[in-house]
Amino acid sequence: MTTRPTPITGPLTRERLLDAYRRMKTIREFEERLHVEIQTGSIPGFTHLYSGQEAVAVGVCESLATNDYIVSTHRGHGHCIAKGCDIGGMMKEIYGRADGLCKGKGGSMHIADFSKGMLGANAIVGGGPPIAVGAAIACRNRGDGSVSIAFGGDGSANQGTVFEAMNLAVVLKVPAIFVYENNGYAEHTGASYAVGSNNITTRSAAFGMPAERCDGADFFAVHATMERALAHCRAGHGPYTIEAMTTRFYGHFEGDPQLYRAKDEVRAQRESMDCLKRFAADAGQHGISPADLESIDSEVLLAIDAAVSEAREAAPPAEADLLTDVYVSY
Amino acid sequence: MPQKSMRDAINDALHIEMARDPRVIVLGEDVSGGAGGTSGEREASGGIFGITKGLLPKFGAERVIDTPISESAIMGAAAGAALAGLRPVAELMFADFVGVSLDQIFNQMAKFRYMFGGKTTCPVVVRLAMGAGMNMGAQHSQTIYPMLAAVPGLKVVVPSNAYDAKGLMLTALRDDDPVMFFEHKALYPRKCEVPDGDYTIRFGEASLVREGEHVTVVALARMVTFAEKAIDALAADGITCDLIDPRTVSPLDIDTILESVENTGRLVIADESPPRCSIASDIAAMVAQRGFRSLKAPIQMVTAPHTPVPFARELERAYVPSPQRIEQAIRLVMKESA
Ligand SMILES: Cc1ncc(C[n+]2csc(CCOP(=O)(O)OP(=O)(O)O)c2C)c(N)n1
Ligand SMILES: [Mg+2]
Repeated sequence: MTTRPTPITGPLTRERLLDAYRRMKTIREFEERLHVEIQTGSIPGFTHLYSGQEAVAVGVCESLATNDYIVSTHRGHGHCIAKGCDIGGMMKEIYGRADGLCKGKGGSMHIADFSKGMLGANAIVGGGPPIAVGAAIACRNRGDGSVSIAFGGDGSANQGTVFEAMNLAVVLKVPAIFVYENNGYAEHTGASYAVGSNNITTRSAAFGMPAERCDGADFFAVHATMERALAHCRAGHGPYTIEAMTTRFYGHFEGDPQLYRAKDEVRAQRESMDCLKRFAADAGQHGISPADLESIDSEVLLAIDAAVSEAREAAPPAEADLLTDVYVSY
Repeated sequence: MPQKSMRDAINDALHIEMARDPRVIVLGEDVSGGAGGTSGEREASGGIFGITKGLLPKFGAERVIDTPISESAIMGAAAGAALAGLRPVAELMFADFVGVSLDQIFNQMAKFRYMFGGKTTCPVVVRLAMGAGMNMGAQHSQTIYPMLAAVPGLKVVVPSNAYDAKGLMLTALRDDDPVMFFEHKALYPRKCEVPDGDYTIRFGEASLVREGEHVTVVALARMVTFAEKAIDALAADGITCDLIDPRTVSPLDIDTILESVENTGRLVIADESPPRCSIASDIAAMVAQRGFRSLKAPIQMVTAPHTPVPFARELERAYVPSPQRIEQAIRLVMKESA
């Protein structure tokens, strides 16, 4: 799962689909494992799991190249994995280890890997989109066809910074793609209450960019929408919005009792909105057998096991690191 | 007297004042929670830290207002509601989110009374959860009260215990100026004796937590609890300290600090913020200006380093000033004046 020097175009080949499945499965198992590990108390801080939304991150990032950028959110593990970040380095960061992707200084909400075009997760809701627009200016000026993606949730679509970013992107006609993962909730409040029109695409459209809704549990739907967005951006027509309808399989953060959700909601959604099950059901049409997927499944589990045991054993940062990476300390 | 956590003490104050004064409203993200949820639960949250629990069922959705994630609009709406006669309590959740809403706080609500020639007041209480120690990382752990204390027009409160928090909150709710009410997350579960009834604590009145003769220790918020540990550890060596908790940093009770330094001749300040342009450096400057002749040793500041808050447990532990560092600073001022 490395990123590529150049974007892929053309039909979704069997090889590409197997890679997409591997990424989605890696995200799922990474998060399911974290869910278990967090309960042991060995992981500091608070963690927001991405389980349930995998098809969005992977559908969006599947064809991107290293010089395409993404800007992520507090719920960022899936975006990182989809963009090719090393899961060992991520796991160590989440455990707060010295050789984590950000030397243990960032943690779950602040993973970044600039060598992969991953410009950082962000714990400020609405903090990311303006940054993505800045990166899109760089993409436009380089003239290499690269694009910049701003991931955000339904809740982030109510933040003024996000509105400013969308308008700026339209005004400057830069290749920015605003991806809103509408998982129905922002913390303990439903999107149907907090998103005034209950529709994010109409907001984006009002700023003057094309905006589409898609089924976020369907990799193929997200991917096809993204292809249209990429074609639009790469042709120099300016920004694009994708609102992917999805769900999260866990609470807002680990430990959330989810009193705002109907009792059987998650169980039902794990049946009807599981992107991995949906992918497996469609895979046959693309010459992919259940055995192909099973062998990926077992490789993924081994890789996650290895990442967790390495992270557990890894050394914490030295106290002296407290004062590095800042221009001066007093 | 009942034992209450700081969480329950602040919640108490909100209940008391909302019942007493119909002009008080509460607004913020998830202050009740559950709006638009599928469970139908009316109060699915009560605030991410549980501080606003029970308000929605009692006072209704016109006075307990769940907002979208829009901090600028939350702060601005609070300012506007205050101009129109309400007394809003605006929850910012994490103090770090001041970054998203600063204009409405420091160009708008802070300025109204003065800029409009005293023709209006702006009675808003902004609640901000602050502090490191829970590995929440660089954007969820800051103690940014010095930034806001630097703004004329704002009052800034930094309670160190449940009793003070309740009395200070009731004062804040009855004050006509915008009050920035900083709540240290690590103090939320800490309990002490807190009366059930209504009482207030005046702003600008420090509390003398310990009395001693050798060193004046000034500490803020969580650092008060650390300074107590440090001072207890020194008792065996016969070193005793005044421990002063200013409780509000704007207004600041500098007189109580100066009086104590006159007696002890030594000053240690413990503050969780980074050292530059901080409350610690501010107090040090005032004591140097007005109490210079009482000093027998250089003033010591025990603060976080001038870095963002790191995530890893080991780094964050080294970031937050410890009781041991406060103890060492007290020993140092004793040694330098021996
Ligand atoms: C500026 C800011 N306000 C509030 C928060 C607290 N907070 C963190 S995540 C979140 C909900 C975000 O909802 P959404 O954008 O839908 O993303 P999701 O969590 O559903 O992935 C909130 C309110 C924050 N981190 N930053
Ligand atoms: Mg959401």
